[in-house]
Amino acid sequence: MLINLRRALVASLLFLALLGFGYPLVEVGIGQAAFSATANGSLTPYGSTLIGQRWLGPRWFQGRPDSDNPMASGGSNLGPRSEQLVKSTKSQITALEKMGIAPTSDLVTSSGSGVDPDISPRSAFAQVDAVAKARGLAPATVRALVVSQIHLAQFGFLGSSYVNVLTLNISLSRLQ
Amino acid sequence: MTLSQEPRTEPQGSTGDNAGGARGVAQGRGLFDREILLQALNGSFKKLDPRIQVRNPVMFVVLIGTIITFIESISHPSIFSWSVTVWLFLTVMFANFAEAVAEGRGKAQADALRRLRSDTDARIVKDDGTEARIQASQLRQGDCVVCEAGDVIPSDGEIIEGVASVDESAITGESAPVIRESGGDRSAVTGGTKVLSDRIMVRITAEPGHTFLDRMIKLVEGASRQKTPNEIALTILLAALTIVFLPVVVVLEPFGHFAGTSVSVVVLIALLVCLIPTTIGALLSAIGIAGMDRLVQRNVLAMSGRAVEAAGDVQTLLLDKTGTITLGNRMASSFYPVPGHTEAEVADTAQLSSLADETPEGRSIVVLAKERFDLRGREVGDDHAFVPFTAQTRMSGLDIDGHRIRKGASDSVKRWVQEQGGSIPNELDEIVARVSRAGSTPLVVADGPEIIGVIELKDVVKQGIRERFDDMRAMGIRTVMITGDNPLTAAAIAQEAGVDDFLAEATPEAKMDLIKAEQQGGKLVAMTGDGTNDAPALAQADVGVAMNTGTNAAKEAGNMVDLDSNPTKLIDIVQIGKELLITRGALTTFSIANDVAKYFAIVPALFVASYPQLKVLNIMKLHSPQSAVLSAVIFNALVIIALIPLALKGVKFRPQGATSILRRNVLLYGVGGVIVPFVFIKLIDLILTATGAF
Amino acid sequence: MGFFWTVVALVVFLGLSWRFLGAYLVSIYEGRTKWLGFVERPIYKLIGVDPEVEQSWQRYAISVVAYSAVAILFTYLMLRLQGSLPLNPNHLGAVSPALSWNTAVSFVTNTNWQAYAGETTMSYLSQMAVLAVQNFTSASVGIAVAVALIRGFSRKNSTTIGNFWVDLVRGVIYLLLPIALVASVIFMAQGAVQTLGGAVHVHDVLNGFKQIIPRGPVASQEVIKQLGTNGGGFFNANGASPFENPTGLTNFLSIGLLLAIPVALTYTFGKMIGSLRQGVTILAVMAVLFFSWVGIGTVAEHQANPAVAKAGLVHQASGNMVGKEVRFGDTSSALYNVASTQTSTGSVDSASDSYTPMGGFALLTGMMLGEISPGGVGSGLYTMLLFAIITVFIGGLMVGRTPEYLGKKIQAKEVKLAALGILVMPITVLVLTGIAVAIHAGRVGVANGGPHGFSEILYAFTSAANNNGSAFAGLSVNTTFYNVTTGVAMLVGRFAIIIPVLALSGVLAAKGLVPESSGTLRTDKALFAGLLVGVILIVGGLTFFPAVSLGPVVEQLSNGRFF
Repeated sequence: MLINLRRALVASLLFLALLGFGYPLVEVGIGQAAFSATANGSLTPYGSTLIGQRWLGPRWFQGRPDSDNPMASGGSNLGPRSEQLVKSTKSQITALEKMGIAPTSDLVTSSGSGVDPDISPRSAFAQVDAVAKARGLAPATVRALVVSQIHLAQFGFLGSSYVNVLTLNISLSRLQ
Repeated sequence: MTLSQEPRTEPQGSTGDNAGGARGVAQGRGLFDREILLQALNGSFKKLDPRIQVRNPVMFVVLIGTIITFIESISHPSIFSWSVTVWLFLTVMFANFAEAVAEGRGKAQADALRRLRSDTDARIVKDDGTEARIQASQLRQGDCVVCEAGDVIPSDGEIIEGVASVDESAITGESAPVIRESGGDRSAVTGGTKVLSDRIMVRITAEPGHTFLDRMIKLVEGASRQKTPNEIALTILLAALTIVFLPVVVVLEPFGHFAGTSVSVVVLIALLVCLIPTTIGALLSAIGIAGMDRLVQRNVLAMSGRAVEAAGDVQTLLLDKTGTITLGNRMASSFYPVPGHTEAEVADTAQLSSLADETPEGRSIVVLAKERFDLRGREVGDDHAFVPFTAQTRMSGLDIDGHRIRKGASDSVKRWVQEQGGSIPNELDEIVARVSRAGSTPLVVADGPEIIGVIELKDVVKQGIRERFDDMRAMGIRTVMITGDNPLTAAAIAQEAGVDDFLAEATPEAKMDLIKAEQQGGKLVAMTGDGTNDAPALAQADVGVAMNTGTNAAKEAGNMVDLDSNPTKLIDIVQIGKELLITRGALTTFSIANDVAKYFAIVPALFVASYPQLKVLNIMKLHSPQSAVLSAVIFNALVIIALIPLALKGVKFRPQGATSILRRNVLLYGVGGVIVPFVFIKLIDLILTATGAF
Repeated sequence: MGFFWTVVALVVFLGLSWRFLGAYLVSIYEGRTKWLGFVERPIYKLIGVDPEVEQSWQRYAISVVAYSAVAILFTYLMLRLQGSLPLNPNHLGAVSPALSWNTAVSFVTNTNWQAYAGETTMSYLSQMAVLAVQNFTSASVGIAVAVALIRGFSRKNSTTIGNFWVDLVRGVIYLLLPIALVASVIFMAQGAVQTLGGAVHVHDVLNGFKQIIPRGPVASQEVIKQLGTNGGGFFNANGASPFENPTGLTNFLSIGLLLAIPVALTYTFGKMIGSLRQGVTILAVMAVLFFSWVGIGTVAEHQANPAVAKAGLVHQASGNMVGKEVRFGDTSSALYNVASTQTSTGSVDSASDSYTPMGGFALLTGMMLGEISPGGVGSGLYTMLLFAIITVFIGGLMVGRTPEYLGKKIQAKEVKLAALGILVMPITVLVLTGIAVAIHAGRVGVANGGPHGFSEILYAFTSAANNNGSAFAGLSVNTTFYNVTTGVAMLVGRFAIIIPVLALSGVLAAKGLVPESSGTLRTDKALFAGLLVGVILIVGGLTFFPAVSLGPVVEQLSNGRFF
């Protein structure tokens, strides 16, 4: 037993060096050298395209109703028969309708990460009229912008099509 | 190869399922003899002793549960809780009853055997040669006793002097007396059998209380019954299932509380009893006892349950050719003349040589000659001297009118002819070889110095034996024929009988080596034997079946004794071993499969108060929560009674490949086990509802 | 349609992994792979083992326990000392004792149950040098035990079952590390972060919105957490976080990685015992269960969320999107979570707690089957083989032979060990859940009312005892009660199975081989596979039917009722 404890201790230290430092630091090196944009968080001057933000007011495309606090990521964890979920969804639907947006399922539900940066193309289209009205733009222009921002499922079948709200809003801001 | 074997005294049983038509003490009783049932009823109460119950973990839990519901029923009486209590108690009783019935059959047989052990007097011969009468029970190993016509042999022993015909029907059920004589493989006598003629001196080989009869009584009574390895493994599995269902049920109390329901203790215990594998738990020991009993019914005594189980696992069967594969006696089938003689001459000479030969082979020669050439059997007068077979000459024959007619093994007759200055025809060897190759035994016939021809004695392969071996092959059992014949003859017979392999010119050592080689490869080997020189091999084999006619050494070495001394029975023994295992497996599967329906009966009933939506799970549409629980409990108890006949008779084994057996049994006991309780629980619920109490 | 092709691509990926990774595993554990000998040999020298000397099952088991004990202690200490250690750009303090114990046990038992939020609890050092290291080694331990059991079957009359230290080291350096090195690069290219720079503060001038975005060496940990079926994420949101799992491709690769080794091990098993058909049979059983549960899960999540429907949005074309990411969609998310719960990984790319009742049922019951379809790395195979032994025992009886599996007679000892290994999990889950629902400390953490609250507690202990690590995360588990009890569940669920498995390996290795005949129950046929599926379902069903009835089943049946 004692000899095995000694072996375990030595093995732990070796693994610490090899797997705890060697492996991640090699990856940091590769990441910083070859993929510095993504490895550092896909940052733009306006934030990370991978981390959703709260967009205030009808002039912007709305993302999902998340907390958008990446320091406390995660979903609402409300169950499928939660009275509270019914309530919060109701108020979200009301809020959207007030903004003249027809609710879609991703616009009324919070995500799993709490920082979902994307919405479905359907949700983006649903907001076209409201955004166009708020900004005094022709709906067709805004619609064209949305179409140009649609990411199709990768290789045509992995995951779903989506629109990144930050890049959409950045390009929206450049329309004027 | 001997010319003419001594006649065997044992009956030639059929190879069929009901081998051993004659039954002795092991006389079959009906499955539910009235007397046995009454005794079993009595026994069921005796088995309530917790010290007995604790040996069966599954039923012990039921007993504890019954006590708890009993206390609960006293403190909070209701029709429901009393009904549950009564049915739980009945569950325990049914299990006891099943075991008692199985034991009862053995007990009845043991009683019959005990009557034989009436304490007779023995005539002990002291060292100085004088005789004295002492009680048979005082005989020690090594004592010598004298038995004369009419005496019951007082204990097991070996004949050291004399020949006698002995009536062994008390033990074997075979009414024809057998010859027992000193020396050789037929010197053993069994205590309790009766000398019919002559006088023998017997040296006692068993200590009092350890005679064959004593052992037999213990065995059929199940007194020395120990759990077999497989039974232990199954008991562990059942205990594990019982242990896991304890928390499953106990936690329903806090679970129910969390959901806002309080669950009654009576219902929880009812659920527990329904879930734990009571069906197999109740019947497990009955199955084991019944397996031994089924062997006894076929006049086979297994010295341990382990041996019966091993029989089911056997992968190689060593079968003696004579008596098992072929009829014990060879039959004359053809006459072959050497050049210069005709077939009719051969027949005539052969018949003459056999007139005084009372062996079956001899008689068959006479009969064949008569059939072929209408030669009548002639009376043998005083002037004709019969020359009997001896081990030295290896010939027999007749001296008549100056002719010295002999028949015998080719070597012996050739030597005898040459000694008289006769010549050997060149063609003789070729004829002899041809006959041997065909699997037959050639007997050369000579008249003085002149060789006449050859008689072909054919081994007659038993009818149906080939199909039997095909079955064995389908079951994955390799059959090996053991014979003293030369390889040529052996190969031909092996071919005809359809065995997988053969061991020719077998010596006890060769037999032993074969067993060891098979076991080395991980196989289990079964064999039969009767001689003293078979004893080491019998002991080495995983299943060694000693013939009752055999020596005491053989009987000691084997782990089974066939009272009918019918080597074909080995095949039946394997089947019984398999049936024993299959019955356990089938009832275990059935028992576990039953739980599905019981859940659907009880779980909705448990929680429907706080979650009415769970009534969707009440797919049987049982009347009320109480009737649902009680129906499941009643079904659980009654199914034990319903399955007692199956447990005792055993699930029938069909010689098929494993896959088709499995498919059949999974469908029958697995899928059937899921469906059946749905039907019957619903039925019981309808009856309960009709009473209006629930 | 996209989902169909996702499944097709997954099957192709796993088929290749089965054939090639499986063969590679054979050569690793038979000692034929040597290309990293220059790394391997010095390690043995330093540890002080002779790689040529094998161990009895007892010594093997002692080594497993010794290594795991030291690893738990080491992890515990590092987490307690976190505040004083380097690589802590966000200046996080020491982890509390109960949480340190729970986390140490969790990572060493390959559970990766996370009672903490990574971004606000763990320093970079703790993440990469403490926790991620255990992701490698706990996975390697699991595979080692499985390989030891395979050796038990394949050997005869042997007193040894291999050398734990050699198996441990070889699993790490030949198998896990090379794959992780390569896969991390793909993840980084797709958007997973990998940096030692601390959190960034963002002020979006367009919108006036401020954020603090935590970062770290994420990609390297993400890959090994999937490959080793560990599941412990860098961030609280686990695989839902865009920094861990940024795209549809990484989502697909995550699923592929967590299934790769468990699936490949069935090939390894078949090859090492000398009958690939046996391995295929086991794989088929795993596949039947896996795809059945994927079916339940994806169909369920493609339905509308009842609460959202009740709120007014009846028509939910994209399925239940509560707690799901748009870039993955409903079915791929369900596939990820089902795959993760069926492999004892426990990572999630969507919030399991917000799944529809039947979706939650699929996740919960997937674990309740014992993590065998295909289960965790190594643990899935060895637990499956325990089920196979019980099946062979019952099936073998039904054909009238003392049962044998792969030429080994299954007798009292084998049945005892197999039954112990199988039944310890349900007993642990039920007893601890029973305690938790009965006492205040257990009930207080529940986030959802009604039956869903019960499901959360049941799920927690099911996940812990099965070394899965996923959660119905509404339950607040960073309490002394849950930290201690789930810790116990994880330890029992790991070692009360590993030790019987190693004992079984020893018992089997010591036995001779029984030659097969037509009277032998064939264990490489569809009939046996069917029977095995039946036994797994019956054992799982019988032990958990009442509990599940009170959770997801009631929820499913509670039409129109909300709590």
